[in-house]
Amino acid sequence: MRTHTRFLQLPALVACASLTMQPLVAAELKELGKGEGQVDIVAWAGYIERGETDKAYDWVTDFETKSGCKVNVKTAGTSDEMVALMNEGGFDLVTASGDASLRLIAGKKVAPINTKLIPSWGSVDDRLQSAPWHTVNGVHYGVPYQWGSNVLMYNTEAFKGEAPKSWNVVFEEQTLPDGKSNKGRIQAFDGPIYIADAALYLMAHKPELGIKDPYELTEAQYKAALDLLRQQRKIVQRYWHDAMIQVDDFTNEGVVASSSWPFQVNLLVSQKKPIASTIPAEGATGWADTTMMHVDAAHPNCAYMWMEHSIAPKVQGDLAAWFGSVPAVPAACKGSDLLGAEGCATNGAGNFEKTHFWRTPVAKCATQAEGCVPYYRWVSDYIAVLGGR
Amino acid sequence: MSLATFDLPSPREGALRRFSDLLLRRGHLIVLLLLAPPLIWLGLVYLGSLFVFLGQSIFSIDEFSGTIVREPTTATLLELFRPANFDILMRTVGIATAVTLLCAVIAFPIAYYAARYAGPRAKAAFYLAVMMPLWSSYLVKVYGWKLLLAKEGAISWFAGRLGLDGALDAWLSLPLVGGPSLSVSYTGMVLTFTYLWLPFMILPVQAALERVPASLIEAAGDLGAGPGYTFRSVILPLAMPGVVAGAVFTFSLTLGDYIVPQIIGTSALVLGQAVYTLQGTAGNIPLAAAFSLVPILVMALFLTLAKRTGAFDAM
Repeated sequence: MRTHTRFLQLPALVACASLTMQPLVAAELKELGKGEGQVDIVAWAGYIERGETDKAYDWVTDFETKSGCKVNVKTAGTSDEMVALMNEGGFDLVTASGDASLRLIAGKKVAPINTKLIPSWGSVDDRLQSAPWHTVNGVHYGVPYQWGSNVLMYNTEAFKGEAPKSWNVVFEEQTLPDGKSNKGRIQAFDGPIYIADAALYLMAHKPELGIKDPYELTEAQYKAALDLLRQQRKIVQRYWHDAMIQVDDFTNEGVVASSSWPFQVNLLVSQKKPIASTIPAEGATGWADTTMMHVDAAHPNCAYMWMEHSIAPKVQGDLAAWFGSVPAVPAACKGSDLLGAEGCATNGAGNFEKTHFWRTPVAKCATQAEGCVPYYRWVSDYIAVLGGR
Repeated sequence: MSLATFDLPSPREGALRRFSDLLLRRGHLIVLLLLAPPLIWLGLVYLGSLFVFLGQSIFSIDEFSGTIVREPTTATLLELFRPANFDILMRTVGIATAVTLLCAVIAFPIAYYAARYAGPRAKAAFYLAVMMPLWSSYLVKVYGWKLLLAKEGAISWFAGRLGLDGALDAWLSLPLVGGPSLSVSYTGMVLTFTYLWLPFMILPVQAALERVPASLIEAAGDLGAGPGYTFRSVILPLAMPGVVAGAVFTFSLTLGDYIVPQIIGTSALVLGQAVYTLQGTAGNIPLAAAFSLVPILVMALFLTLAKRTGAFDAM
C-alpha cells in the first residue's frame, strides 16, 4: 500500500486511507489482488462438496473455473482437530464452530476480516453478522457459513408416534411409551461440549442452581452437570462420535433416542426408517460455523474470493440441503431448488432463539461473578465420565 | 630394462579410480558406506522423530488457546496418574492381557494339530486358512464384527435359535464384561481383537511345536507319563517360547490399536485413542507424548521378561 498506489488506483487509495484511520489490530488485507491459484480449507465433512458424492451437490467446480483458485479440502472430525490443524498451519481457511473460533482468535491463529472486500457481507443474517463467537471488540474474524441446532432423534415406534417433550428421555432412566426401559437404548455425544447439553437440561429442571448460560458454569453448577452425566453413563448404550456409526446403531442396535444432527435424521428418514426428530421444551444446543482465515494464509486473495463465494445464496441453499443445516444468508432459503421452499423450516430455521450456540467455555465469563470452569477441564472431566468415573 | 619398454596403458587417474582404490585399501569404509543409508534412516528419521515427539512430554499446554508452552515441567507426566488417565492405562493393559490369553488358548490346539498331525495337503490348507484374514482390509473385518455382534446381529440371532439367549443375556448383565449389547461391551472388543491378531499367535506357536522332537514325547510315554503329564512337563515348556513370541505380537498390537475401540466397545477410551484424541484433536501434544511413553515402557518390560524365556529363539 505504501509503495504501489498510483493515481490510477484512486478508489483503492481512498479505501486504504479510510482503513488506516481504524486502529490497527493485526495485518488486515486492504485490497484484493489476483488469485494465487489455490486455496486450502479445513472443513467439516460434507461442507465443501464438488459433486463427488452426488453430482447435484457441487459448489466448488464453478468457483474454480471462475476464480482460477483450486480448492483443496482437509476434513476434520471435531472442533479440537480444527484448532490443532490451524495451530500447525499450512491452511488458508477453516469452517470453525463457535467452540473453536474463540480459541483460534485467542491463539492469534486467525486474521481479522476486512468486510469491505466481501461485497455480499450485507446479505448475511443480521443476527449472525456480529455474533460473539467471531466478533471480538467489534473486529470481525470470519464470515458466517451455516448454523443448525442439535436435535433429539427418536424412534417413532418406541415413542408410539408421539414426540418426546423433554430431554429427560436421554438423561434419566425411565420407561418409554413402548413399555421398555430406556436403559441401554440411548446414546450421547462423545465431545466434551456435551456437558453444555446437561447444563441446559439442569437450567430448566433445577432453577435453584442458577445456570444462566450452559457454557458459563460455576464450580457448583459444573459439578451438578457432571453428576447428571455420570448418572446418564449408566443408561447410555454408546457415546457416538461418527455419524454413520450412529445411523447403524439406530438401525441394528435397537437405539431409540439420542442427541443428534439433522444429517443423520434426514439419512434415516430417506431410508424409510421409523425415525423423527424434535427440539424438546428445554431448547437445544447448536452450532454456528464461521469461515475464518489463517494469519499466515499463503493464498489470501483466493481465500477472500472463497469467502465471498461461500455466502452466495445458491451455495448456501445447496449446502443447507446437503448438510441439513440452516443458511447464514436468509435469501438462500428461496434461492435453491435442492433445498426447496420448505427446506429452511425443515432444518430448523425457526429455532434460532431456542438454540444455545456452541462456545468455548472460558474462566472469565459474563453471567457468573465468581468465574466459570474453563474448557480444558471440560475435556479431562468428560474423558473421565466416558471411562465411568 | 625399464617398464616403459612394455607398452602398457598408464593407469587412469580419475576420481572414481582413486575412490575405488581407497575402498580397497580400507575395508571398513565400504561397510560404513553401505550401512549409512539404513543407519541414517533408523537413527534420524525413525528414532529421531520418535524422540522429538516423546521429548514433548516435558512441555505443557496453555489451557485456553491450546498452544504449547515450551518450558520443562513434570506436570504433564504426573497427569498420567490422575484417576481418569490411570484408568485408561489399566484398561488398555487389561484388554491386551485378556486378548493375549484368549489368543494363546485358541491358537495352541490349532497350531498343535497343524504341527503334529496335518499332512502336506492339510498343512497347505492350514496356512491358507490362517493367512486369509490378513489379506482383507482391517476396517472391513472390524465393521463385519460390528454387524455380527450387534443386538440384532448374527451372534444374538444364533443364540436365540439355539435357545441360548438366556445365557447371552446373563453374560451381558455381568458387571465389567457385560453391556447393552455385545458390540458395546468389553467382551465384543476382546473378541474382535482376538480375531484380528490370532494369526500372529498361531504361526510362532506352530513353529515352536514343530521343533519339539517326537522322540521326547515317545520317551515320556515309555517312562510312564500320561498324556496330561507329558503335555505339562514336556510339550508346554518346549513350546512356551513360541507362545511368548506370539504374545509379544498380540499384546503390542492390542496396546497400540485405536480403531477397534472407536467402533466396538464401551466408549471408554483406550491408550491409542487417548493419544489420538490428545494430539490429533485436542492439540495437547505434551500429554499425548506422555501417554505414548507408557506402551514403550510396558513393552520394554514385557520384552525383558520374554527374553528370559528364550522367546526370541523361536521367531
